[in-house]
This record gives sequence, C-alpha cells and structure tokens, in this order.
Amino acid sequence: MKKVREKTAKKRSKEEEEEEEEQIFNFKDKPAGKEEEDEDLSDSEESVFSGLEDSGSDSEEDEKESDDNDDEDDDDVTAVESKQPKQTEEEEEKEEVVGGVTEREEEEKKEDEYEHDSSDEEDIRNTVGNIPMEWYKDFPHIGYNLDGKKIFKPIRNKDELDDFLDKMENPDYWRTVHDKQTGSDIVLSDEQVELVNRLQKGQFGDVNFNEYQPSVEFFSSDVMIHPVTNRPADKRSFIPSLIEKEKVSKLVHAIKMGWIKPRRVEDDTRGRFYDLWAGEDSSILGRHKMHLPAPKIPLPGHQESYNPPPEYLFTEEELALWEQQDASDRKLPFVPVKFSSLRQVPAFSRFIHERFERCLDLYLCPRQRKMRVNVNPEDLIPKLPKPKDLQPFPTTQSLVYRGHSGLVRSISVSPSGQWLASGSDDGSVRFWEVCSSRCMKTVQVGGAVKRPVCLSTCRPHSYVASSCECGRAVHQVAWHAKGDYLASVMPDHSSHLQVLIHQLSRRRSQNPFRKNKGLVQCVSFHPVRPYFFVATQRSVRIYNLVKQEMTKKLQANSKWISSMAVHPGGDHVICGSYDCRLSWFDLDLSTKPYKMLRHHKKAVRGAAYHRSYPLFASASDDGSVIVCHGTVYNDLMQNPLIVPVKVLRGHVITHDLGVLDVTFHPTQPWVFSSGADATIRLFT
Amino acid sequence: MGGLQKKKYERGSVTNYITRNKARKKLRLSLPDFRRLCILKGIYPHEPKHKKKVNKGSTAPRTFYLIKDIRFLLHEPIVGKFRDYKVFVRKLKKAYGKTEWSAVERLRENKPTYKLDHIIKERYPSFIDALRDIDDALCMCFLFSTFARTGKCHVQTIQLCRRLTVEWMNYVVAARALRKVFISIKGIYYQAEVMGQLITWLVPYQFSHDHPTDVDYRVMATFTELYTTLLGFINFRLYHSLNLLYPPKKLSALSASLARMVSSAEEEEAQLDQFPVEGEDMEKLEAREREQKEQEAQKKLFDGLKFFLNREVPRESLAFVIRCFGGEVSWDKSVCIGSTYEVTEETITHHIVDRPNASTQYINRYYIQPQWVYDCINAKIVLPVEDYFLGVTLPPHLSPFVEEKEGDYMPPEKVKIMALQRGEKPEQEDEEEEDEDEDEEEEEDDNDDEEEDEEEDEEESEEKNLKKMEKQRSQGKSLQVKVTPGKMKVENPERLEQEEKAEEKRLAIMMMKKKEKYLYDKIMFGKKRKIREANKLTAKRKAHDDAEKANKKKTRK
Repeated sequence: MKKVREKTAKKRSKEEEEEEEEQIFNFKDKPAGKEEEDEDLSDSEESVFSGLEDSGSDSEEDEKESDDNDDEDDDDVTAVESKQPKQTEEEEEKEEVVGGVTEREEEEKKEDEYEHDSSDEEDIRNTVGNIPMEWYKDFPHIGYNLDGKKIFKPIRNKDELDDFLDKMENPDYWRTVHDKQTGSDIVLSDEQVELVNRLQKGQFGDVNFNEYQPSVEFFSSDVMIHPVTNRPADKRSFIPSLIEKEKVSKLVHAIKMGWIKPRRVEDDTRGRFYDLWAGEDSSILGRHKMHLPAPKIPLPGHQESYNPPPEYLFTEEELALWEQQDASDRKLPFVPVKFSSLRQVPAFSRFIHERFERCLDLYLCPRQRKMRVNVNPEDLIPKLPKPKDLQPFPTTQSLVYRGHSGLVRSISVSPSGQWLASGSDDGSVRFWEVCSSRCMKTVQVGGAVKRPVCLSTCRPHSYVASSCECGRAVHQVAWHAKGDYLASVMPDHSSHLQVLIHQLSRRRSQNPFRKNKGLVQCVSFHPVRPYFFVATQRSVRIYNLVKQEMTKKLQANSKWISSMAVHPGGDHVICGSYDCRLSWFDLDLSTKPYKMLRHHKKAVRGAAYHRSYPLFASASDDGSVIVCHGTVYNDLMQNPLIVPVKVLRGHVITHDLGVLDVTFHPTQPWVFSSGADATIRLFT
Repeated sequence: MGGLQKKKYERGSVTNYITRNKARKKLRLSLPDFRRLCILKGIYPHEPKHKKKVNKGSTAPRTFYLIKDIRFLLHEPIVGKFRDYKVFVRKLKKAYGKTEWSAVERLRENKPTYKLDHIIKERYPSFIDALRDIDDALCMCFLFSTFARTGKCHVQTIQLCRRLTVEWMNYVVAARALRKVFISIKGIYYQAEVMGQLITWLVPYQFSHDHPTDVDYRVMATFTELYTTLLGFINFRLYHSLNLLYPPKKLSALSASLARMVSSAEEEEAQLDQFPVEGEDMEKLEAREREQKEQEAQKKLFDGLKFFLNREVPRESLAFVIRCFGGEVSWDKSVCIGSTYEVTEETITHHIVDRPNASTQYINRYYIQPQWVYDCINAKIVLPVEDYFLGVTLPPHLSPFVEEKEGDYMPPEKVKIMALQRGEKPEQEDEEEEDEDEDEEEEEDDNDDEEEDEEEDEEESEEKNLKKMEKQRSQGKSLQVKVTPGKMKVENPERLEQEEKAEEKRLAIMMMKKKEKYLYDKIMFGKKRKIREANKLTAKRKAHDDAEKANKKKTRK
C-alpha cells in the first residue's frame, strides 16, 4: 500500500514540476494569481490520493497539507524512478479512492479541473503546438493561426551592436528573456526573479513553505490501536501461498532424496588422542615386507657447529672452490662459520628449504635397496705361494752391456750360454761374452743405412741368423729346433709372401702359404713336433707342417699381438700384445687364453720362456721386465700355476720405448733384456 | 605355427609397475590429491631394475609406482573423502556465485572431514615402528610451531604443533631421556633415547622466518597433518607409560614438572637381574652394565645445581636441557611466565649470561656462557667452568654425533675431553705426544707408496753414477781412478722383511681378477682419500696453532 502511495506521490510531484516549469514562462497573461490556485489544487488532490482523509472536513485539510508535502519530499528523494506502464493502474486506483470521497467535494474538484485544465491547455498566443522551435529557425513565420495564416515572428532587426547598446543602456536588460515560443522578449517581474533565485538556490518556490515541520511517525515501534490504513486485508493473506508450498515441497523432496543432510553433529573425536596401539597385532604387516623405511637424515659433523674447531673453517681457496662448484657437487651444502658467542648466531636462511627438500625426498624419491660391499680389502688379494719358495729366479741387475748406439732390437744367447748376440738399430750386430760383458766382435750388416736388425741363434750349431734389409724389412727370424730350417717374417699387408722358410742344407727357400691371412707379427716352430705357429694381428694359427693344414686358431682377445713364445714342452704359448696384456694359452684346454695377465702399464714388447726352469718373462715399454713363475704339470687335470715373482727395473725409457726384447739364459736362471736406452742388461 | 603370438611388454617386470599418470587415472584423483594420498599413506615411487623394459621401450623419464601399492590405495576410505571434498568445494562455489548465503552456511556446516588414525595404525603397526619414524615428525612440528600467523598454514595447525612439541619436551624432561645436544648453524639438534630408540630432532632458532617463494606449503601442510596425528598418539602413549596425565595442563614454561596419575614416590629403578653367563657374553654384559652406569650418572648431571638464565640466552632450549639433567632453572619474571625464583636467590650456583660482562655480580655463583651447559651434556661430566667465563674465547663446540674410528681425524679438543672423561688431569704435554702418535700412524699408512719410491731412487742414483762415468769415458778422459773406503751397508732385517712383504703384496695384487681389482682399487681409493683429508685437517690445525703462538709471542713482547 505504501509503495503505491509513493508512486502516486512521485507522479504528482513530477507533474507539478512540469507544470511549474511551464508556468514560470507563462506569466505574460496571468503571472501571479495562478500560483496560489496551483497550490490549492495540489493540496486537494494530494489529500485525496493519500487516502488519509477520514474526517472529510475542510478544516483539517490545512493541517494535513503540510504533512503530505513532507512525505512527498521524502519520496522524491528516495524513489529512484517512476514506471510508465504502471501509470494506468495507479490511475485506476486513484479513481477507486476518489470514489470514496463526498459528493460536495467532487463537484468542487470538477469546477477546478475545468478551470485549470493544463493537459490540453494550449498557448493561445502561438498555435504551433509543443514542437521544437528550431524547426522554424530559418523561416520568417513561427506557426499558423486557426485560419491557416502564417504567424510571423516579431521583427527583430537587432544586430550585435544594437544588442550591445541595449545591454549598456537598458537597466532591465539582465531580466529580459527571449521567449522561443513566440520569438518575443519578456521582462521578468520582481516576483519571478525572486522565484528564479530561490529555485537556483535549491529552495522551495513558495516562500511560506516550512520544510522543517514536525513529522508524524506512523510506522514506529509503538503498537497503535487503529490500523494505519483503513484498507481491508487482501484475500491472498487468507489463502495459503502456492509459491511457498512449492518451495517447501522442494525442500521436503531434497531431504527425502538425501540431497540435504541434517546439520552434522560436531565430531569431537577428531584431534583427540587415545591409545592407538592398545591391541597390537601384526596382521596388517603383510605389505611391510616390501616396505623400505626412508633413510634418516645424516647427523651433523663438527663443521656444522656454530663454533667449530678452526681446522674445519674454509680457507680462501676452499671458499672460492665452494662458490664455483655446482650445488650438487659440493661436499658441504653450507659454509662453516664461526661465531664467538651463541648470541650472534643468526637464523639459518635455508631452513625451510631443507625441510621441504626432505619432504620431497620422502614422497617423491624412488627407493631402492642397495647392498653395500663390506669387504676387507686384504681378503680380495689372492693367496699365492711366496716368491721365496719359488726360487731360483733373477732378482738383481748384475751386468750392463754397453756399446750400441741405437735401440737394441733383439738379443740372442748361444746354446752354451757363453755368448750373447745383439742386433741394434745402428746397423750392427755385436757379440758379447756373457760373463765379462765385453764386446768381442762387431759386425756391420746394414751398411750405412740404419735398419732394424733381427737375429736368432741356432741351438745345436751356434749359427747366428741375422736379418736386415733385403728388398723389404725382415721383422723376425726363427730357427727350427734341429737347426736345419729357418723361418723369416716380412710383414706386408698385401702379399702372401710374408713368411718364408729356408732350408740350410739344401740352400733353398719355400713359401708355405698360398694366401694372405693377415699381417704376420711373428712365427715360431714347435720345439718337438712338426708344428708351425704364426701370430697375426689378433690370433695365433698353428699349422701342421706334415699334413700341411691348420690345426688350431688361438684367439688372443687383444688388439695387436706383439710377441709370442712357445713353452719348451710345446703345449703352452704366451702372447704379448701392444694393449698391455700377456695371454697364456693352454693348447690342450681351449683356443681362448687360460689367463690374461695385465701386469704391465704399457705395451708388452717381448716374451720368453726359460728352457729348463719354470720361468717366463715379459718386457714392456714401461721399462720393466716381469719374471713370473709358471709351473706346468704333467697331469692334464691340473692347470698351470702362474705366480709373478719379480719386477725387474733398470732400463731407462727413451722416446717412450722401454725394454724391447727379453731372453733367458739357456742354463742359468738369468734373464737378458735389451732396451731403447742402447743397453743390454743381465739380471741374475 | 601353434599358439598365439607373444606380445611385447605384457609380461615380466612391466606388470609390476605403473606410471604415475596411469595410477592417478586409476584412482580417479587429481594430481594434488594423489600427492596428498601418497604422502599420507607413505607410498613412494620405485625404481625398476630395467627401466626401459618397464617403460615399454621408451626412455622418457617417468616415475613408477608398484602396481600393488596403487591397488592397495584403491581401498583407502580417505579417497572417498577426497572426492567428497571436491564436490563440497564445487557446491560452495556455486552457492557463492548465486549469493545463496544460507546454502553457503549449510554447506560449511557439513564440510567433509577425515581422520588419519587408521592410516597411522596401518603404517605403524607397532608403537616402536612409530617411534622409529618420529624424527621427521618432530623436526616438522618444531618448525611449524615457530611460524607466525602469516597465512602459510592454519593457525590451528601452528597451535597444535606448539602444543605437541611442548608436550614432547615435557615428556623428555620427565623421562630424562635426552642424550646429546648440538648447537649448529642451522639450529639446535637434540638426541633422546626413548624406549631404546635414538631420536634426533632439529629445532630452528627463535627468529621469524623469511618465507621462501619456491616452497610448496601445501605439501608441507599435508606432512604436518600426518605428523601431528602421529605425534599426538605417541605422546599419549609415552605419557601413559610414565603414569602421567594426558593431555597435561599448563606446560608452556617448561619449569614445572608434570602431574602424575600415581604419586611418584613408589617408582623405583628396577634392578637388572643377573643371569649366569660365560666368556664373551660376560664381557659384553659388563660393558653394558658400565654403559648403564654411565647413563645413570649422566641423568643426574646437574642434580643439585641451580641455574639462572639471563634474558638474552635462548630460554626454552636451556630450560629444557637443564631440566632434562636434573638441574633447577629460573629466569626473570618479565621474560616469561613460570619463573620460580629471583636473581637475588642466594642458592643459585650458575648464572648463564651471553654478554661480554655482567653488570651486577653475586659472589657465590659462576657466571658462565651457555655453551658450557651443552658441552657438559655431551661430555657427560661437569666440565671445569674456567674456559666458559664471560668474555673468554670459548673452546670449539664439537659435534657429539661424530664417532671417530681408527685413522679418522680427531680434533685435539676432543682428545682433551676424552682425557677428562677418563679422569685424567689435563696436561699440555700429553696432548702433544698424542698428536705426534697420530701423525706417526698416518705416516705408516703411507709407507707402502714411499718404499717404492725409495727403491727407485736408489737405483736411479746408481744409474746416474754409471752414466757419469760413461760420459767421462766417451769424452776421452781417463777415469779418475781412486780408491775410496767402502761403506758398510747396514741392513735392517726388520725393514728388509717389511719390504719383502710389501713386494709380495704388490705381486699378489697383480694377479687379482679384473673385477676384484676394481673393487680393491675403489676401497683403497676411499681409504687413501680419508687419510688425505685427515692429514689436511691436521696440517690446517697445525698452521692455525702456529699462527696463534706467533701472535701470542708478539703480544707478549
């Protein structure tokens, strides 16, 4: 009800305002008198619309008038907008209400209405109607009268100058207004000026209007005896609301379906602790077989102390290194610092980081069980017979044979053990007496051109075969045990003429191989049987000379074989290779090496067996000769026993070459070695 | 050709593993939820032996979980709660969007919650299991209890952490379980022995944290959620094992002892029963008994001593530590509640100050720096106070967690303390001798290498002589024939024997198999590195001491 009232009031006030606007400028004919009448009208209308007039007497109207006005003001301020479509409704209501008013009043109203009907009141001075006057801007007339004749604008021939003069001379110029409707100038009266002033100040147009009259509070906290309005209660207030019913039924449905749950009872067991492990049972343990507990954080050492011993603090170099290193490479994740007292220790800036990283480790880090070897390193060393028990073997250097000026490539001892022959890169072969280390004879074989000289001594006859330049470089010569045959090696990639066997008695040579099977490194005759060993780059081939076929091919498992020696028994072969290995083959066992000996640090250049003692030696570029004990058993079931017994040093490494050849004394446990330092040494 | 064709990657180790994404899809959880579940349930990824096989031929980096673990997660009731929570959040958002405040309120009242009790029980079937894994829980709770209300986590969590940690500390005090303390630059490490388990935790210094931005606090909060539950249950059990009331009342000051359910007078130390044993067991038993005695003595370390803490020392740590060893402790009233006596108390024996000098000094008490307390605990004896007076340069604070084995470097201060523990009077000379001994030992270790060198040297010198002669000869000069008196070569039989043995060893090493040689080399490398490091530390120390001595002399002059 109140809302309705508000709206009507709103509308009224709007209308009034419009009226006022018009009235302000319509004063030419009836400027003053109209206002009073307007007031009257508004009063009476208001009283009707507000629906408050119970008494219906005129005397009270005056009192209420002010109240209503007050209300109106408030509403003006609060109401936001008036809605056009509702106007009709309101008017209907108006009529209803009007119906309740006494007849006498009605008559009065009607008179008034006709007199001051503003709705279809037209300005009789100008019949053009309520249109924008700009439309006639360019025409001399300003509209048409009833007869259709043009109404001309009043003649205005004022130019700027006239206007200015008028402004200067006319005392009423400031209150002169141009009326667009009629195109004439109007001079405002004092009252009108006053009114304009008041409106500009935001005051009420009426001077006598009191805006601060005491208000009657209808809607207070006090319970009144009578209702505020006389309006009978609506029908809908007696009928149950359909909308509400719908809403309730929706809620009921939701509750029934379990969509809305009743308010939860506060669960106070949460956050309360009890004896969780009261009844311990191991039934849940199944999963935990695979469970790896996370490792604990390592405990801090002295260096983490706030006051560490001075040796744990970083020196400048260490600090620089620490700063340079990547965080993951650092040994310590922090720099040790020393504080003179506990008071000065600051907060650790990476504390939260470290805890967070620990968290990440706990849930993101894959865990794996790792067995840590806990071995005493002494247990790893194999238990071998003591070298002392395996004597005799050469232990000390006793003689040095000097005289050569180039590398001593090869040496050979006479079967008697009295003489030693050596071939050198200086192109000479020298013969030495073993015991006195005296050079007995020098034979120049290579002439002026220095070529590698290889030689070998024949066992039964003490012949010396030496090889040198004969078209191509002869790499090696080997005697047959009986001394009638001699094999020479001339390594060549492309030829099948790499190995030649010469027969001394018949003075003829033969080429045993029809095909080139790889670069031949060295050859050897079997000491007893008619076998011939040919070592190529990666393997050793054994040929049966009687049957003229290959019987075996030994895989050396090394990159490049350098030397080879055959055991005097004939069942074992050692192969030295440039990749630091010495491989021992047991011919009865397999074509693979029985043992790989990685004793040397550099390329192995020579290998030799002792003829009678169970010894073998290897010479290498690291300047050492390693003598090993190698017992071969007659029992086929027992594998040879190999024990290194002595490392002999003495040769000086020159041009990255150390010991080039090694050979044993035929009867004594002595070993000769020739080296790149142009010396031959005897170890006894 | 009979039978179906075998498909690749359908049998073998592939069937045991599942990638993270697949696991997530199987559980129908979002990644954060999956993470939370893994954290709570203690599921961690596994590294397959042959990653490429498990990864179906791809070498892309993936994390793998055991498929059994994931199946185990499928039955976890908490997964349902997670989904409920997701729905709850969705509903709440919707209600907010529609500005239905009553709905918001109703939803908030019905916010789904979960309990972790069953998870704790499942992860730690026995109490000892739980105790063993409590280190991280304690560290985390102590960290969270120092957080300010910065919105990094719920205030309730912080309060709960604080409560639980204080309860824990009170238990340690009541049980006198503390064994070692270490002031590091990160914080203070404590080690306690509870029911035979060594538990170590780290407490940060009392400063406000500079919260880093690259840390995911959600992960930390999830861990804390689990840890607070775990710690709560453990505290409950521990308190009950000592006949103490749980939850205790008014604890924060650490100055009052806990209320007992049963009066404490009846408690007696149970005597160990003697069993007849023989031989080695006897020795072990004796050692154990000795150890126990030592521990008992350590527990009563500060009995009868009365401490007063000045306001600048870390109150909580010191109060905790002192009370753990039977001392009485108090502080100024204005510092914290719970102070039991005033500065003016006559019976105070030690006043702990961390300033260069104290303003008013009472005659009948020692004014010492806080490090004394910690060092006493680690040394298990009451150390002489002279080194810890105010304004004195403190002796280094050593880590009690380092146990030196043979060959490890031992700082001289530790040697000193060990001597004190044995009851010897500290003497300067002794120390130096010991130092020398150490040096010698180290040298011996290096002997092997040196011997080789020596031999080579000898040979080389001979060689040089020969060469000289050769040169002279080649230059055509007549040899300077000169008879010099020969020198007797003194052969030390011991040394010879040693050399022989060393050579034997070298030769035997040559005969090692490749695999064993590798292992042996690795072990020896580690050993040598250790020795090198120890030598380096000794050298550094020596240089430092020399510099100090020189300084002292200078100042004297």
